[in-house]
Amino acid sequence: MALNAAIIAILVTMVLALIRAFEGPSAYDRMLAANVFGTKTVLLIALGGYALSWHSFLDIALLYAMVNYVGTIAVMRFFDDSRQARNPSADGEDS
Amino acid sequence: MKPIPILTLLGVVWLLFSGHFTPLLMALGAASILLVVWLLRRMDRADGAPMQFRPSFGLLGYLAWLLWDVVKANIDLAWRIWDPKLPVSPVWARLDTQVETPLEKTLYANSITLTPGTLTTDVCDDYFLIHALSQAGIDELREGEMERRIRRINL
Amino acid sequence: MSLAIDLLSGFCLLAGGLLCITGGVGLLRLPDFFSRVHAVGLTETLAAPLLLVGLALQMGWSLDLFKILMVVILVLVTNPTATHAMAKAALHGGHPPKLGGTHDEAEEHASSKV
Repeated sequence: MALNAAIIAILVTMVLALIRAFEGPSAYDRMLAANVFGTKTVLLIALGGYALSWHSFLDIALLYAMVNYVGTIAVMRFFDDSRQARNPSADGEDS
Repeated sequence: MKPIPILTLLGVVWLLFSGHFTPLLMALGAASILLVVWLLRRMDRADGAPMQFRPSFGLLGYLAWLLWDVVKANIDLAWRIWDPKLPVSPVWARLDTQVETPLEKTLYANSITLTPGTLTTDVCDDYFLIHALSQAGIDELREGEMERRIRRINL
Repeated sequence: MSLAIDLLSGFCLLAGGLLCITGGVGLLRLPDFFSRVHAVGLTETLAAPLLLVGLALQMGWSLDLFKILMVVILVLVTNPTATHAMAKAALHGGHPPKLGGTHDEAEEHASSKV
């Protein structure tokens, strides 16, 4: 019962994140929304997989969490580096 | 990095993940563990900073305190979001810090980011740049409760 | 005993779901990119662990509990790092935060740097 409610809540959140991803306005907003969407997918796989009694759904959730993280970092590195490639005078310091 | 504790840790984690005990899968698991240890050694050689991280009771106590802090910040932010007037006024300020080692800095910056309402945007030598949803968030960090706790566990 | 666990699990799932939606609404309502990042922190730092703990309480003892724990740790550890990468990329990409009230010295620091 509560499980179904939680799944519906996750789906609603995914729709809200999609709206933000289409609205923009900046590329960073879209990427942020995509990141939220990915995390919610992990939760959806975990809860939905249990509700539908799949086999080894948690392995898939774990893997998806890792892929989501690496994807976000990769896209953000790309934004960062592409700007520095256009403008070589900018300081490329790293923290 | 000492290989023996890492080997046992990875072995236990692999067994807990797989739950299979057929010879083929055990051999594949052993091979992947050896691969990871080899990669770790290469990385230690590459950056000249071997991994030195010891879990301790102080760290566990800090994490418990951080969890409670995160829960409080979450409830506060949830109220702000549902409030029809939307009482947020973002500020972006400099926070002077006294933490010294890179590990402490990493822990501090990540703790700030993990707490909703405050966000570390840049880490410099002796200060962080903090973005917060309200002036109260910055003021709370400047009181330095979190920093004192991090320095007390001395990693 | 099992009733208590059911109640606790139901509470975790409902609270997690509510926080999830709150984060989604915050993502739509808040004014600029940096404040939206805070709303994302809301959905990831408390809502995700609550939902997964609620699930773990329903599943009973098995190896899967360890996997749920690992998912929780992974989400909690990777969230600040990904957030930091996004904030840093936005700053370097010339996308300064929109400030509400008082202006602080950070702005001068940033304008001298960018």
